[in-house]
Amino acid sequence: MIRITGVCVGLLIAWSVGVAQTQLPATIVQPSGEQLLELIDANMVAATQQSTFSLNIQTRRGSRTIRARSWAEGSENSFTEFLDPPRERGVKMLKLGTQLWTYHPGTDRVIRIAGHLLRQSVMGSDLSYEDLLDNQELLQYYEAAVTGIDTVLERSCWVLDLVTREGEETAYHTRRIWVDRERLLPLREERFGSSGRLLKQTGITEVMQLTDRWYPRRMYFRDMLKEGAGTEILFETIEFDCEIPSHLFTTGALRR
Amino acid sequence: MIRFLMLGLLRDRSRSLFPLLTVAAGVAITVFMFCFMSGIKGDAIRDSAAFQTGHVRITTAAYHQLEHQLPVDLALLETSELLSQLRATEPELSWTPRIRFGCLLDVPDASGETRSQGPALGMAVDLRTDRAEIERLHLEQALTSGILPVLPDEILLSQQMATQLELQLGDTVTLIGGTVYGSTSMVNLRLCGTLRFGITAIDRGGFLVDLATARSFLDLEGGATEILGYFRSDFYDMNQADLLATDFNNRFQDEQEEFAPLMLPLHRQSSLGELLELWGYFSTILIAIFVFVMSIVLWNSGLMGSLRRYGEIGIRLAFGENKHHLYRTLLYESVLIGLTGSLIGGAIGLTLGAWLQYQGLDYGFAFKNTSMIMSSVIRAQVSPAAFFIGFVPGLLSPLLGTLISGLAVYRRQTAQLFKELEV
Repeated sequence: MIRITGVCVGLLIAWSVGVAQTQLPATIVQPSGEQLLELIDANMVAATQQSTFSLNIQTRRGSRTIRARSWAEGSENSFTEFLDPPRERGVKMLKLGTQLWTYHPGTDRVIRIAGHLLRQSVMGSDLSYEDLLDNQELLQYYEAAVTGIDTVLERSCWVLDLVTREGEETAYHTRRIWVDRERLLPLREERFGSSGRLLKQTGITEVMQLTDRWYPRRMYFRDMLKEGAGTEILFETIEFDCEIPSHLFTTGALRR
Repeated sequence: MIRFLMLGLLRDRSRSLFPLLTVAAGVAITVFMFCFMSGIKGDAIRDSAAFQTGHVRITTAAYHQLEHQLPVDLALLETSELLSQLRATEPELSWTPRIRFGCLLDVPDASGETRSQGPALGMAVDLRTDRAEIERLHLEQALTSGILPVLPDEILLSQQMATQLELQLGDTVTLIGGTVYGSTSMVNLRLCGTLRFGITAIDRGGFLVDLATARSFLDLEGGATEILGYFRSDFYDMNQADLLATDFNNRFQDEQEEFAPLMLPLHRQSSLGELLELWGYFSTILIAIFVFVMSIVLWNSGLMGSLRRYGEIGIRLAFGENKHHLYRTLLYESVLIGLTGSLIGGAIGLTLGAWLQYQGLDYGFAFKNTSMIMSSVIRAQVSPAAFFIGFVPGLLSPLLGTLISGLAVYRRQTAQLFKELEV
């Protein structure tokens, strides 16, 4: 499956991960959009992943930090449990494909996130639940084309433009992604509405090398329609290809 | 002379009956319309003040700008100090914190899965320590079943919403919303009663909880989206409210930041000022139109009267009655007709107004989709002004009519009177 990492935000909450090092074949001077998406995907997706991360949310009234632990199986399934602050402790989220549930210990209710709730912010961050579910096959919905070369954070990047295919409906009409030519990381992404207005901006500000691959360590995500300085995501620990009990990816696990 | 004129009018009813009926009917309509409009205006002020605006309201400047979105994250975070200060410096007003917020109301089935769900508009008021809030919102009268919340985990739901969600008293509902920090928040509450306010916007999807319950749900301990102030006299004094707001805002002007408290009087909120001004214009226009139309009608009536009284006026002039005196007596007659017509019309208008004040007229069907805080039961209001308002058109219109039609007296030539009278 082809997923883009702009989506690497979804990934951070542990929804996608990379394991196998992928490199651009030396013969390809400039990849096609489709090839580049496949390469990013191969770099970022792992069979399983376990991570601990924190979200530093900058709002109009100040900032706060939320910590969580997450388990993921590919980019399809994930289970997240919030650890801090105390009010959020024990809140859990389960993603199975395109469905999302949340559990709040105070109510002992498992609620499926659907409809307008999908547009709500996750824990007050700049990410919406819809963004977390954004692991769609981008090539099915977008026409991709590499439109140039640019420099981001002193790294040479391919500029990849995605435009919604005619007849398809997407949350963002167009996307522009700056992909590190060497490390195949999406260093910056901008998402636009059909009017051309910039809606969301994401990027990687710090990377780490894990075994034979490069992976984001610190990222930001900014909802351009909200006032505030955005949300920073910091991976504290990350482990790939670990063993995850299969019962974790069931709604029953939310109440345990 | 007045007695003489009055006897003339009574004995020759064809001279007075038609103008009298016209004035009485016009005055009755004017008085009734005035009562009707006063009723709508009074209801709008009362309902808005009670449910939404207070007589004055304090929010943060940022909240005020986006209040249609009910942005809890822009609420006043710490209200106890501000409330103490307000209670000490402005004791002529009663101050109360409130929270308005939007959320989803989720109803679980026996296994805890969602059975039904819908968006809802919540209002949190201090139910447990502020009896005035219960009276101000007429909560006891609005209860259609159950009781007011006694415990923190209890909720009152609009009757309409409870029926739509198939809820019974004692059932559990889950509120799903966002905290002041934007996190998703959930709480289970027990339905302890249902309400019907007669205000479509609230009855469609509203619920009411205690302030403490909402503070805990929204992670807004000590905070509120607004602080409302009500004049203890219960009478909205626009000038005093303006002065109060100006003084308050000047005091907090140094804090030029978006979360500084901002006070707004009722007439500067939710376009109420424009609405009240419009009502004022409308009343004036209504009366002006009535006076104008009636003047034309009575002018015509005067003209007809003059024609019919052509001989009488001629004889009076032939007897040597001064034209000015004759003109004056016609004017006096019109004043007598106006006065009598105003009394009769006023009594009819006030009776109709009083009937509508006590009976009320439910027109909720016309406001099915509205979000305005406005009662769906229309009531007139018989105010002291209604006793006098009818005299303005009632006296002015026959007087104006006679002033114009009576000018014909001056066009009569004494030299030709005998010829005209065919003597």
